[in-house]
Amino acid sequence: MRAHQDTVLNGPVYADVPKAPFVPGPAGTHITIRGLTKYFAGWPLYENFDLDIPKNRIVSVFGPNGCGKSTLINMIAGLIPIDSGEILFDGKSLKDTKIGYVFQNYREAMFPWMRTIDNIAYPLKLEGRSKAQVDRRMEELVASFDVKFDLKRFPYELSGGQQQTASIMRALAPQPEVLFLDEPFSALDFEMTLFIREKLQEVFMQTGTTMLLVSHDLEEAVYLADQVLLLTKRPTRVAEILPYGDARPRTVETLSEPGFVATKKRSLEIFQREVRR
Amino acid sequence: MAERQAATAPWSPPAASAAGAPAAPRPSPWLKGLPFIGPVLLFIVWDLAVRLGMVKPILLPPPADTIATLITGLAGGSLLVDFAVTVWRTLQAFLIAAVVGVPMGVLLGSNEKAYRSVEFLIDFFRSTPSSALIPLFLMIFGVSDVNKVAIAAFGALLIVVFNSAYGVMNARKQRVMAAKVMGASRWQIFRDVLVWESLQPTFVGLRSAVSMALVIVIVAEMFIGSDSGLGHRIINSQQVMNVRDMYASILAAGALGYALNILFLVAERRIVHWSGR
Repeated sequence: MRAHQDTVLNGPVYADVPKAPFVPGPAGTHITIRGLTKYFAGWPLYENFDLDIPKNRIVSVFGPNGCGKSTLINMIAGLIPIDSGEILFDGKSLKDTKIGYVFQNYREAMFPWMRTIDNIAYPLKLEGRSKAQVDRRMEELVASFDVKFDLKRFPYELSGGQQQTASIMRALAPQPEVLFLDEPFSALDFEMTLFIREKLQEVFMQTGTTMLLVSHDLEEAVYLADQVLLLTKRPTRVAEILPYGDARPRTVETLSEPGFVATKKRSLEIFQREVRR
Repeated sequence: MAERQAATAPWSPPAASAAGAPAAPRPSPWLKGLPFIGPVLLFIVWDLAVRLGMVKPILLPPPADTIATLITGLAGGSLLVDFAVTVWRTLQAFLIAAVVGVPMGVLLGSNEKAYRSVEFLIDFFRSTPSSALIPLFLMIFGVSDVNKVAIAAFGALLIVVFNSAYGVMNARKQRVMAAKVMGASRWQIFRDVLVWESLQPTFVGLRSAVSMALVIVIVAEMFIGSDSGLGHRIINSQQVMNVRDMYASILAAGALGYALNILFLVAERRIVHWSGR
């Protein structure tokens, strides 16, 4: 019926589809995602997905299995091509943006043929910084991470936690505008998770780097977050964005404070609602 | 260094052993002797077979005599000359294969379309016994020293190309992504990641290639009119029924092949120090 009405005789040779007008996010937005579309094996994973990620905040991404949490940050970081849409960092494209990325599997992210210190300095060398500049930055990093292991060793000679610490240092070395963390704790034991979580919080308090954290552990996700981004099952949409504003530094006591407990409970409710849907 | 390591103890995770090399239990001196049992048994059986007259001495000399011939031959006798000639030919063939094959394989591997277009040729000639090509090489190079080196180099080359190419193609995707996200260009990814990732398979290729080169050189020395080399010596001493010399030459060829293999294993462990960790 509609098709009949819509038929236009002598219509234009090509249809001029008007581009959706770009709607900027609210003030303080760092990453603007508009009309993001990604198909996987013919099925939409993301379709016309819009999102604003605030600047100088930590956003934790949480959602059901297979909803594409990691895919989302990989698309933002440019590791997975997108089918259509626009992703801007402070209005710039990824090409003009310095980013850092921490992988879950540190063993396959570090370069075992380089010493740990050279791994960390590698992004600085890629930028073509002088030896003096590299050395100065490395000293800063070592001091701010309070590194107690020997960086002259090869990565495979370090423990898992030490390797992940080193790969976070590598990601932060060039002072990125955004730091992506793809389940950075999943391959670590509990003790190491706590340690790196504190390090990340320290770094964030020092630098205020915008961070996007994918996590499958809700407590972890809420603990570090300024915002918890909850996603639906595929085709993925934003289920809800929960703010969480407890003061930093957050500590073990934070875990039992009413604000934390309430945010975690609310996140879990939304998560369960989305899983059952 | 030990103190610095100790200082990390407070937060060093128990999973440290998972990343570091697990400490192997020290083998008792008894176990160290195990590898010698086989050869000693062989020599006892061999000696008994000759002593008890199970094999005519004209077909099988006593082991002690054979070893004596081998040692006097290699300690400045004419066996040494043939041994050196075979080593030299094998090395020439191997060097050609390595110098041409490794860059070729790495380049083909980094361009998968290029590799797919020659894959059939590589696989076909890799599966063709190189000795079957001897008559072809005879037509091209004539009965010469060049011929033996050329055909050995050809056989070895394909193995090197194949292994290096697959080394690049099977590079850990995540390491490539890590370099990419740090802003490495295609060339930088090639130079800093792909080449290194391919090193270990390349060494596997080089090790098989040197064995292949030795096999073909020996065969070529036997059947392409030759007046030197271990292959020539084995055939020659067989025809004049100088069995002692024949067995000594065979053992010399075996020792050569074994030594080359060990040499490459050691070099691989030194250079690709991260392999398997």
